Amino acid sequence: MSLKIEDKLFLDRFRIDEESHLRIIDMEKCLRECEQRPCLYLCPANVYRLETDRISVNYEGCLECGSCRIGCPYLNIEWRFPKGGYGVSHKFG
Amino acid sequence: MKETFDVAIVGAGPAGVSAACILADAGIKTIVFERGEYPGAKNMSGGVVYGHDLAQIIPDYVDHKCPIERNIIESRIWYLSKEGGYSFGYRDSIFAAERKHNAFTVLRAKFDRWYAEQARKKGALIVPSTVAVDLLRNDKGGVVGVVTGREDGEVRAKVTLLADGINSPLAARAGFRVEPKPEEVALAVKEVIELPSEVIEQRFGVSNGDGVTIEILGEITGGMDGIATVYTNRNSLSLAIGANLADFATSKLRPYELLEAFKQHPLVVPLISGGQPREYIAHWLPEGGYDTIPALYGDGYLIAGDSAMMFNAMHREGSNLAMASGRMAAEAIIEAIGRGDCSRKGLANYGKRLAESYVLKDLKKYRRFGRFRYRHKEIFNEIPALASLAGREMLTVNGVSKKQKQKMIVKEVRRKMSILRIARLLWHSWRAVR
Ligand SMILES: Cc1cc2nc3c(=O)[nH]c(=O)nc-3n(C[C@H](O)[C@H](O)[C@H](O)COP(=O)(O)OP(=O)(O)OC[C@H]3O[C@@H](n4cnc5c(N)ncnc54)[C@H](O)[C@@H]3O)c2cc1C
Ligand code: SF4
Ligand code: SF4
Repeated sequence: MSLKIEDKLFLDRFRIDEESHLRIIDMEKCLRECEQRPCLYLCPANVYRLETDRISVNYEGCLECGSCRIGCPYLNIEWRFPKGGYGVSHKFG
Repeated sequence: MKETFDVAIVGAGPAGVSAACILADAGIKTIVFERGEYPGAKNMSGGVVYGHDLAQIIPDYVDHKCPIERNIIESRIWYLSKEGGYSFGYRDSIFAAERKHNAFTVLRAKFDRWYAEQARKKGALIVPSTVAVDLLRNDKGGVVGVVTGREDGEVRAKVTLLADGINSPLAARAGFRVEPKPEEVALAVKEVIELPSEVIEQRFGVSNGDGVTIEILGEITGGMDGIATVYTNRNSLSLAIGANLADFATSKLRPYELLEAFKQHPLVVPLISGGQPREYIAHWLPEGGYDTIPALYGDGYLIAGDSAMMFNAMHREGSNLAMASGRMAAEAIIEAIGRGDCSRKGLANYGKRLAESYVLKDLKKYRRFGRFRYRHKEIFNEIPALASLAGREMLTVNGVSKKQKQKMIVKEVRRKMSILRIARLLWHSWRAVR
């Protein structure tokens, strides 16, 4: 019954805004200064992924916990709530 | 919106809605902003709500069709190593009869929606799909309303109550509560696993809509300061696991992988086997305790519930503290509006009420508990492993004398932990809970 993160997120209901509510402020910092890159690990929705030349922000699956905002040692993530009514909607909660 | 209100509340969780009910009952013109599509859409808990605090706001909540999942008659605690573990429990028939609904499980998307509906019926205006992005200030810095993300979205009010939960960029922006440090919150993930009601009743030995909660400590959190829970709902189980966010950052354990490993634990497998995962969600819990509670009120505003860091990790109580603090905030607001003084001084009774109530007394009592766990990681790795070793050896009948086994166990304990470390652990644990 092992579920991958993609399968888990597939269970949820999202209303996705065209515009991201998350933004990495300075990508250079991620690539050159940040050694541990905790955003890649602590995000419960695997939103941040390391690509060859950057970190992609797959905001569509964000569960809105806030962890990346305070967990980034450089406070390098601009973080807003999705617009009212957008983002994840819990069916059970 | 050009209309003005007596009170604007940010957040339709237990804190905000409790306040809205009391205010609306007193005929105070109240508006509640909720960023979710409906109240509860963004909320999550292990799932226990306490009847006592709810009844102080809606005395006949059962008759009003409160969406109760199961009435809790037994609380279990598990202390697990990787392979096995200990189970303690306390069940009492009093919780099925006279003290029914002392504690019951809920699913927050349903419960919060129901609760907000009660406030609406009493006359509060609930506005979902609306994010409060800032607060309106007068020239002296006092709060005079809320700025929402909608067009024309400024709403003026005599008093604003921040009941927006633990993840509050708004409180940080307003300067009312600094952003928590990673070690001051826990990150939890949760899966709701569907199972037929009869299967749940059989597996947990309950009937008639009664249920069980299990709190789980030990190696399941991978050495991090954390906890897992299994709570029974009517047709599903709520499985949650969480740990201190700073521990997640350093351990590099991924929350969803931790949850999967938890689901594979030999004690958990038989409970969830054959179940269908229905939802996967994540949320913070306040971990900082009493010492991170911000100033609770000021000119034109108050702050309640998780937003004010009110969570008792020792007894997994948060929803009740939210309800109680929301109620006390409303009572203080009613007095302040009556006197025509909504300044810091006018709202000061909120602080007094909280200090005299169990809310701040309990949080103060356990103020060292969070730090204790965070500093004593052996609770989450060496000790459960040693405890399991002791259990396993003492129960194995293999011709070795019990005395011999005891010696071996003590030796193993001493090898893993110095006497000094054990003494420190005992002393700190006593100080954390006394
Ligand atoms: C895994 C887990 C298990 C838990 N288990 C238990 C338990 O068993 N028993 C218990 O008593 N407690 C438990 N808790 C704690 C409990 O859930 C909280 O203490 C409680 O929900 C706090 O209520 P609140 O009203 O203060 O905040 P919340 O319930 O978080 O409500 C805040 C509301 O404000 C809204 N909001 C936030 N920001 C804005 C904004 N800017 N604009 C508009 N709306 C906004 C949110 O959408 C939300 O509806 C648990 C928590 C977690 C995470
Ligand atoms: S943690 Fe912050 S700085 Fe580091 S990689 Fe992630 S976003 Fe960039
Ligand atoms: S808020 Fe939480 S779920 Fe969303 S990107 Fe940040 S860490 Fe991931």
